[in-house]
Amino acid sequence: MSHRSTVPRRIGPSLGLVPFLLYAGIFLVVPTVVVFVSAFRGDPATGGFTLDAFRRLGAAPILSITRDTLVLSFATALVGAVVGGGVAYVVSTASPTGVLRRFVTSICGVLAQFGGVALAFAFIATVGNTGVVTQLLGLSDTRWLFSLKGLMLVYTYFQVPLMVIVFLPALDGIRPQWREAADTLGASTWAYWRHVGFPLLAPAFLGSALLLFANAFATYATARALVNQGSPLLSLKIGDSLGNEIGLARGNLAASLAVEMVLIVALVMTGYVLLQRRTSRWLR
Amino acid sequence: MSATTRARQQRLTRWAVLLVVGGLFALPLVSMFAYSVRITPQNRSAFNSWKAIVANDQLRHAIVTSLELAGLTVLGMLLLLVPTMIWIRIRLPWAVRLVEFLCLLPLTIPAIVLVVGLDNVMSWVNYLVTTGPLALTFVYIVLVLPYCYRALDAGLAAIDVKTLSEAARSLGASWTTVVLRVIVPNITSALLSASFLAVAVVLGEFTIASLFFYDNLQVVIALIGLENSNVSVATSLAALIFGVLLLVTISFVGGRRPRQEVES
Amino acid sequence: MTDTAAGTSPRTASDRGIEVRLDGLTRVFGSFKALDGLDLTLAPGELVALLGPSGCGKTTALRIVAGLDDASSGRVLVGGDDVGGVSANKRDMGMVFQAYSLFPHMTARANVEFGLKLRKVGAGKRRERAMEMLELVGLESFSERYAHQLSGGQQQRVALARALAFEPRVLLLDEPLSALDAKVRAQLREEIRRVQLDVGTTTLFVTHDQEEALSMADRVGVMRAGSLEQIATPHELYTAPATQFVAEFVGLSNRVRAEVSGGRAQVAGSRLPLLDGSVSDGSGTALVRPESVMVSTDGEPNGEVTSSSFLGAISRVTVRLDAGPTVVSQVPRTLAPVVRTGDRVTVRLDEAAVLVVAD
Repeated sequence: MSHRSTVPRRIGPSLGLVPFLLYAGIFLVVPTVVVFVSAFRGDPATGGFTLDAFRRLGAAPILSITRDTLVLSFATALVGAVVGGGVAYVVSTASPTGVLRRFVTSICGVLAQFGGVALAFAFIATVGNTGVVTQLLGLSDTRWLFSLKGLMLVYTYFQVPLMVIVFLPALDGIRPQWREAADTLGASTWAYWRHVGFPLLAPAFLGSALLLFANAFATYATARALVNQGSPLLSLKIGDSLGNEIGLARGNLAASLAVEMVLIVALVMTGYVLLQRRTSRWLR
Repeated sequence: MSATTRARQQRLTRWAVLLVVGGLFALPLVSMFAYSVRITPQNRSAFNSWKAIVANDQLRHAIVTSLELAGLTVLGMLLLLVPTMIWIRIRLPWAVRLVEFLCLLPLTIPAIVLVVGLDNVMSWVNYLVTTGPLALTFVYIVLVLPYCYRALDAGLAAIDVKTLSEAARSLGASWTTVVLRVIVPNITSALLSASFLAVAVVLGEFTIASLFFYDNLQVVIALIGLENSNVSVATSLAALIFGVLLLVTISFVGGRRPRQEVES
Repeated sequence: MTDTAAGTSPRTASDRGIEVRLDGLTRVFGSFKALDGLDLTLAPGELVALLGPSGCGKTTALRIVAGLDDASSGRVLVGGDDVGGVSANKRDMGMVFQAYSLFPHMTARANVEFGLKLRKVGAGKRRERAMEMLELVGLESFSERYAHQLSGGQQQRVALARALAFEPRVLLLDEPLSALDAKVRAQLREEIRRVQLDVGTTTLFVTHDQEEALSMADRVGVMRAGSLEQIATPHELYTAPATQFVAEFVGLSNRVRAEVSGGRAQVAGSRLPLLDGSVSDGSGTALVRPESVMVSTDGEPNGEVTSSSFLGAISRVTVRLDAGPTVVSQVPRTLAPVVRTGDRVTVRLDEAAVLVVAD
């Protein structure tokens, strides 16, 4: 029985894995590989590989786009993590089977997925030119909604609920015995959080924040629906670049931008996974 | 501070925080509703924009397309994931990590990146299967993998798949029987969860559809919004309400079954 | 008497113990009375066990003493002082929980040092004291391990070291062995008792396992539905139970019809002395210990063996008496005859006082 977990001796059973591997291979792995390969491809006429496309990444317009995307992701991750963390903490102190908790987690589940176009319109209806709040408060200039500042506000709307969903399990992992043990050992509330609570939750908090960062970084639909002209974000620039180049070289810039995006996201996600491992060792 | 005082303080803080944050988050939702029933030159009576959801041809088509896509994606996802996940748990334990990695990979590969590399693959799909929007199904199945994998994984982890299947086999069941009549009935809530999640994702998908110039629900909402924002806002709110109903159903379906089993 | 700076005042074994008194403790949850006027006094250095089934209020009582819960009425007095208004973190009591109470991100040593750190003991002294405590529980070589690297039994030993490190006035143990498996439990039982005697701290120990309570405690209080049924030494509790509940909860009891007259009970052919609390006249049910039931093959047979189990050191025989009742005999192997199902035997009851309760 034990040798089943090492390299299989018979091919037979492994065949059952083929359909899935084939499918994932074609629709997931192949496109990713194509992206990477295209990024390095030179002029289709001459063939060969080049780093030309990558050079443009370091140039002014794209560099500032990258910077803006990083800032946006960082800011919304920070706000989302802090506010979401607070909401998650407050929810964790409520009865685990109670109505409040289930209600809040359901709502957060919906709002975290509530992205894209629908969310953009939600904010247009609120603080857009003819938005309800705009008219109520008599606001005059509403153009900011369609700039980076607006995006920051809108992103927060799905970042906070996402934080609640991702961070809550870690909070649940905090056993009441630790607080009580700390109590009997003489810890004040402050001492408990300083020596026990915060250190234990730090990896989970940071990991969740990283997830939020990656989430914001990769978002396309919401930004596209709000920003009609121009491409101030990396994801939008990729979308733009797809139509710009013709023929087989189409997507060269898009490809290199995509590679840049994947690498950043992969880096962040790796951090997330590593922090998750630490968290699950302590809080399970 | 006594124990009961601390409990009371926590309860007060809880309500304060939730009311403030909840209020802020409810604002856009309320605004959406108010906006959609507002009377404007384009929206002559209060619920016109809501009626347009079914009256407007383009929108209606898009809704149908998205629903069809959702249905096909759910089907494809179930056919692809369920047998595979059961099989690796029974016979190929070494593959569990690999499958998990592949299923969670779409989280690291944003949709926009996928689009860049999908050109060739989509051309083949268009050539072999269809050029219509339903071709998106193949990509959508990949998009929903992370969420559906987690839901199914949780369901399968709760039952001992290996032992159940071995017991069934020793009683003479064929593999089809094992899957369909032994395992599946025990993971129905996970299956439903995964299906609902897939539907939610598909209905909310914009990126890939728009960049391949297909008209699904989100694309059309955006399109219409350029001229008639009332209708777009109404449709968005409707889609959100639908999503709420879906996810609330999941939490009820997901929560009920285990309790039944424990009580018996 | 009460010293807040740990480890600085020299204490001898005799003055380390302190009296703890629970005075009319009541705890009400809505309409449910978890504790109903509990009165209990722990002498300095004494280990008292609260024994009872789940829901009897023993844990509630312990938590009130610790300050983790508030009583609805009644007082807790430590060394004569009412600690009701004192918050849990200032009560200077060490507590060991059922499980999972070690801080997972700290090593065993850091865990043990925690109480000292909070009391601003210097790093060097802390370390010394922590290692001393870990040595006391036999885990000095595990000091740098984390909770997930320790077995359940080892974790509880570290928890004990941690609770005692800052020399608390009282030690509280909340079913510390319930989450462990049988073998570990037996070992740890002795260990905890040894440490407690060594350190001399007044200890309140809560458990639902009567073996644990009887083997470890100076006195055992049997609780039921929020109040104390009986508090006595283990021996007294077993041989002279005050109520039917105690007789049946602690150890096994045969229930046999009895006729009481003239201060004695006529039970299955023997006249036995009565325990306090028994019915004084008329008929009732006698609670007879299985080790008082003697089975032999000599004499006039008065019953038939319905089952016989050989448990190594103990022999258990079930006999259906001709007179009607069925009794279980459980005696050391050396005192029991070898019998089989169906054999006719003579059953005689040992001359031990029995509790006879009304029907």
